[in-house]
Amino acid sequence: MTDRQYDFPRPDAQVHFGVFFQGVNHHTIWSDPASGSQLDFETFRQVIQTAERGLFDAFFLGEGLRLRESHGRIHDLDVVGRPDAITQLAALAAVTSRIGLVATQNVTYNDPADLARRLASLDALSGGRAAWNIVTTDNAWTGANFRRGGWLDHEQRYERAAEFVQTAQAVWDGGPQGPADRPEAVRVSGSTLDVSVVPTTPRSPQQHPVLFQAGDSPAGRDFAARYAEVIFSAHGSDLDDALAFAQDIRTRTIAAGRPADDLKILPGTGFVIGDTPKEAEEKARWVKEQQVTPATALSLLGQVWGEDLSTYDPDGPLPAHDPVIDTIGETRGSPRRRQAAGDIARQWRARAEAEHLSIRQLVIAEDRSRGFVGTPAAVAERLIEFVRSGATDGCNISPWIVPSGLDDIVDKVVPELQSRGAYRTEYTGTTLREHLGLRPPVTRRDAGEPAAAVVAR
Amino acid sequence: MPTDQLHVGIEVDGAGAHPAAWRIDPDAARDALGGAGIRRAVAAAENGGATFVTIDDSLTPPATGPATRLDAVVRAAFVAPTTSRLGLVPLVHPATVEPFHLASQLGGLDHATAGRAGWLVGAGPVPGARRALDRPVAEGADLLAETADVIEVVRALWDSWEDDAVIRDTATGRYIDRDRLHAVDFVSGGTGATAGPALRTVPDGVRAPFSVKGPSIVPRSPQGHAVVFAREGTVPAGAADVVLVGFNADRPTAAPDVTGAATVLDLPVTLDTPAATAAQRRADLDGLASDGAGAGFVGSAGDLVELLRGLRGVVTGVRILPSVLWTDLPIVVRDVLPALRVDRAVPIPRPGATLRDTLGLGRPANLFAASGSTR
Repeated sequence: MTDRQYDFPRPDAQVHFGVFFQGVNHHTIWSDPASGSQLDFETFRQVIQTAERGLFDAFFLGEGLRLRESHGRIHDLDVVGRPDAITQLAALAAVTSRIGLVATQNVTYNDPADLARRLASLDALSGGRAAWNIVTTDNAWTGANFRRGGWLDHEQRYERAAEFVQTAQAVWDGGPQGPADRPEAVRVSGSTLDVSVVPTTPRSPQQHPVLFQAGDSPAGRDFAARYAEVIFSAHGSDLDDALAFAQDIRTRTIAAGRPADDLKILPGTGFVIGDTPKEAEEKARWVKEQQVTPATALSLLGQVWGEDLSTYDPDGPLPAHDPVIDTIGETRGSPRRRQAAGDIARQWRARAEAEHLSIRQLVIAEDRSRGFVGTPAAVAERLIEFVRSGATDGCNISPWIVPSGLDDIVDKVVPELQSRGAYRTEYTGTTLREHLGLRPPVTRRDAGEPAAAVVAR
Repeated sequence: MPTDQLHVGIEVDGAGAHPAAWRIDPDAARDALGGAGIRRAVAAAENGGATFVTIDDSLTPPATGPATRLDAVVRAAFVAPTTSRLGLVPLVHPATVEPFHLASQLGGLDHATAGRAGWLVGAGPVPGARRALDRPVAEGADLLAETADVIEVVRALWDSWEDDAVIRDTATGRYIDRDRLHAVDFVSGGTGATAGPALRTVPDGVRAPFSVKGPSIVPRSPQGHAVVFAREGTVPAGAADVVLVGFNADRPTAAPDVTGAATVLDLPVTLDTPAATAAQRRADLDGLASDGAGAGFVGSAGDLVELLRGLRGVVTGVRILPSVLWTDLPIVVRDVLPALRVDRAVPIPRPGATLRDTLGLGRPANLFAASGSTR
């Protein structure tokens, strides 16, 4: 890796870390004795305070608005049940002073006037540390929990997101300057909404909460290029893949009329750290085996085959028959959703036969290894290579165990990065926008104040 | 349900409960735009021995009073880690927040406070809500029906996880026992078919039914249910755990006609200060803005102590609404509550106790659990 160092296009670029707490997928190990409560406030407090001790930019909470299912029943093998994101982040704001607070919030099943107000409230209470990870949903399955039901067409999901974001920005820009200021109503109308509201929340110390986005489809990338300030990508482990993604995002960002570096790239990444390469590899193998339990192996297989395969022998061969579904479904939040089930099944069977793998061995081999494995120094070098080559701006770390999962990174990797001049040694700003090195938001960049009435573009 | 001790709650929103308070104390109004104001107010209330605080709120600005206000649940959560005994009771209006989100937010607050969350059920029309939310918002008789339905579905969502649903069974690889999670399959009252996607176009004045599938995305919280507070007449009998009743200056210690719930007397308070009598202060405030709530108690700290002593055994508690927060609250904390503590007229909440424990309310049985209460 050192042979590339002299031609890094960004030789001074700094590594930024966020922590993603907590995926509802099999990557979170709950079975180990060191795995704490997934719900107690103390677990969250420990993780966020460790991250802040490690000078992380942000602490990030996920949220899904319906519990995942397998074959029509609630999925029972992975961590499930989380606190409400904005509520929990507000509590965590009180036990931290610098770290950013990112809430995943859905644009299809929230009301813009209400959500913009709650985000602005978090931003005000935290002194300008709030961010919003914008997610879209269109399916009626999630809509069954809400007044409007499955009201939005799939094709309209980013149109809704754009109109929603513009409404939120109008609320944030139109907020009162002080108790005596009584602002006019802001109005935004478009194809998915027509909202008119008098904002009550004050202007933010960081102008707007920072906008995160994670969609990976072409429409999702275009949305990010236009509106987002941080992209929570899935392209962070393979350098060529990450570079290609970054190039694509920069092209789209410029096409949207923004400087290429307006949008920071923080892929979701796991880390396994060992004091020697051998120790790290052994630990990584142990982590994989803990993540892909026999039951989880059969469940992940059943997701591709579209049926309950829980009675199969996880140490036996793959099913001989073809999947009963054409495409992988929505209800598990699978990274493979909407992909052709038959193609994946054929690939998996071919690999299992060629390499003599059981079901569980195959699933472990196919489980996407998103992340870095190695000694603290080696991982630090690799991260610097990603960041200084322009592939990423750091990463959003998904610990595989809580609350202890960040300890090695903060105690061992961060000092290695600092000694190489690639990581801050103290917070230099107070807001999340300052930590990330972001410009003022697009809608506030012109000299004039925005008009009170906006017609969504 | 009233005992020989009187619980004291304090409303801590903004610069005070009187709509002109922010003009008397602009610094407090400004502090309320960040975290400093609410943090200082709940610290004073907890240190003074109050049982709970309420936090007023509205999606849209009120007709009178300051234009600025942060979301009440977010404020309550922000002070959760800096308090340990105090109940935190934000106002949330049932017609302006999605019921599913409302259950998650208050369930989350109960987790973050280790069981000290309450819900003050908002009532009455919210001006401008229809245009802000881009859908019809129930008013009048429809609002009463809507409120009853929202409380019902929120309680069902709070019960949709049994207390022991997380089993972490390494032998079978199951994190939860899914048989201990339950769909709520709630359908509200209303006219016609469930509006669903057509909700935006439902005409004003028509209450279209809504449905919620469940289960909640938040596991059952330490109290089972956050303590539900509601003003008398805004919810059906039995729907609230605590009913707030209005103060009648002509019969200040008359027992309220409420059955089946704890009763808390809403008591606006304006106190004498060294600089001005309570009556003068009240007149000055009313000259700046009229307060529809009524004057409540206007007088000395000593007279307030006597009034509160007289309310023991009559109501479960009082909710003090300080006219001007940082004028009246310090007097309540310094001169009123200690006098009541001395003769054990008010309880002292224990650190770590839930709000239900402190108020002497039982933990609700789970609607879905086969064996009823799991405790």
